[in-house]
Amino acid sequence: MSDGRISRVRVTFTVILAIIFAVLPLPEPINAARPDLLLLLVIYWSLSAPRIAGLLFAWFCGLAIDVLKGIILGQHALAFLVVAYFTHKFQLRIRIFPLSQQTLTVFAFLALYQFIVFWLDGIIGQPVTTWMRWLPVISGAILWPMLVAGLDTWNRRNR
Amino acid sequence: MVTLSSDSRNIIGRGPPLGAGLFFLGLVSVGIMMLDHRSNYLDTVRLWLGAAASPVYAVVQTPGQAWDWLTGSFADRNRLRAENSELTEQLREARVQLLQFDSLREENVRLRAVREASAGVGGRTMIAEIMRVDVDPFRHRVRINKGADDGVFETQPVLDAFGIVGQVVQVDKYSSTIILISDSGHAIPVQVNRNGIRSIAVGAGDMNKLNLPYLTVESDVKIGDLLVSSGLDGIFPAGYPVARVTKVERNPADTFALVEARPLAQLDRDREVLLLTAETLAPAVEPPASAGKPAATEPKPAAETSSATPAQAPSGQPAPAARAPAPQTQPPQE
Repeated sequence: MSDGRISRVRVTFTVILAIIFAVLPLPEPINAARPDLLLLLVIYWSLSAPRIAGLLFAWFCGLAIDVLKGIILGQHALAFLVVAYFTHKFQLRIRIFPLSQQTLTVFAFLALYQFIVFWLDGIIGQPVTTWMRWLPVISGAILWPMLVAGLDTWNRRNR
Repeated sequence: MVTLSSDSRNIIGRGPPLGAGLFFLGLVSVGIMMLDHRSNYLDTVRLWLGAAASPVYAVVQTPGQAWDWLTGSFADRNRLRAENSELTEQLREARVQLLQFDSLREENVRLRAVREASAGVGGRTMIAEIMRVDVDPFRHRVRINKGADDGVFETQPVLDAFGIVGQVVQVDKYSSTIILISDSGHAIPVQVNRNGIRSIAVGAGDMNKLNLPYLTVESDVKIGDLLVSSGLDGIFPAGYPVARVTKVERNPADTFALVEARPLAQLDRDREVLLLTAETLAPAVEPPASAGKPAATEPKPAAETSSATPAQAPSGQPAPAARAPAPQTQPPQE
C-alpha cells in the first residue's frame, strides 16, 4: 500500500480525462459509438485498486455523467453502481481471466449498464429506441484491451 | 490481464459488506431520481452541480474557441471586405423592412387598443451561444452558454433568425440545456399560416423533419405551406415561423393524412440562438391568417428578428393558462 497516494492521483487524473472525453464533441458518424470511457475506467480501477475505487467512487462517477449528459440525476449513478458491484463481487476471478475472456465479461457489464440506462429512460417516459444506442457497448469492448494494456504499462512504470 | 499486484479487497475481515453498499447507494439513487423526476426539489442542487461542471465545459470548448479566434484574427482582407459589403446590404434591406414594421406596429397597437387586448410588446431577446459540447447523441438537445444567472428559465422559447429552435428544458447556474423542436419527445402547437388550421408538430428525431400527425385527410394543407406557432401552449408566442410543409400524402382509407414539414430554423448549423425574455411572452394568441401578417409569410433576414415580433397579433381567445410540460404530446385540439 506504499503507492496508495500515487494511485489516488492516477485514478483522479484518468477520471478527469474520461469526464472531459464524455462531453467532447465528436464528428457525427462516430459520435453515436462514443465508448463509455469513464465506465471502463471504473471497471479497471475497481479491479486493480479496489480499495481506492469502491462503490462510492463509482457512484460519484455516474453522478458526474448525470450532471453532464443525463435527463435526471441518479440514473447513470445507479447504472455505474450496479456494474461496480458486480465488478467488485467477481474481482478476484475477473483479474485472472485471460484478456479475451475479460473482454467478454466487460462486454456483458457494458451491456448491463446500457440496459439499466435504457430501462430507466423508459420509466421516465423518454425512451431512445434506436439500435444505435447499443453501439457504445461494442466500441467499449473493443477499447478495453487497449485501455488495459495502456494503463497496466503506465502503472508498472510508475510504481 | 489486469495487474494483480497493486492491491485487492481484503479477503478476511472485509470492510463494509458490498451488498450493504449496493443497497444503500441504490436506495439513494432511486430516491434522488424520484425527487428529480416528480418534483422540483432538486432544482437548486442541479443548479450548483451544473456550475461545478462548468470547468469541464470550459476545457472542452477551449480548442474550438482558440480556432475561432485564430481564423478570426487571420481572416484575409478580401473576405472581410466581402462580408462587410454583404452585411451592409443586409442592413439596408432590414432597414427598409423596418420602416414597414413601424407602420405595422402602429396599426397593431391601434387594433389592440380597439380590442382591449393588453399584451405586452417587449421584443427583448437575449443572445446565447451554443456550446461545443456533446449532450446526448440520440436526443436533440444542445447546451447554451446562458444560465440562471442570466435570467434563463425553464420552458423559455429559443429562436434563431429563421424560426423557432426549441425551448429550455434544464437550467444550470451558468449554462442551460435546450430541447430542439426536432426531438422525438417534443411537440409544438402550430397553425397553417394560409388558412389558420391548427395542429401539432411533433419532432421526428430527425433535424430536417417534423410530423403533423393530427391533420385529417380532408384538411386543407398543401406542400409549401408555412406553419407558424399558434401560441396555444402558453410557452411559444404566437406567429413565429416554425416549419414548411414538405410532404402531404392522403390515403382515403385513413382518417389522418401523412404530413411532414421541414423546420425553418437551422437546427444543425446554428452557432447562436435568441432567447425570448419574459415580457415578450405575454399571452398573444390566435392570429387569423387572413388578418395579413406579411412578417410571417417569409423567413426574415437575420437583422430583423431581434426587433420584429409578429407575436403581437390581436387576440381572439384567451391562452390556456396552464403551462403544459412541453415534452408531452397534447391531444389534437380541433
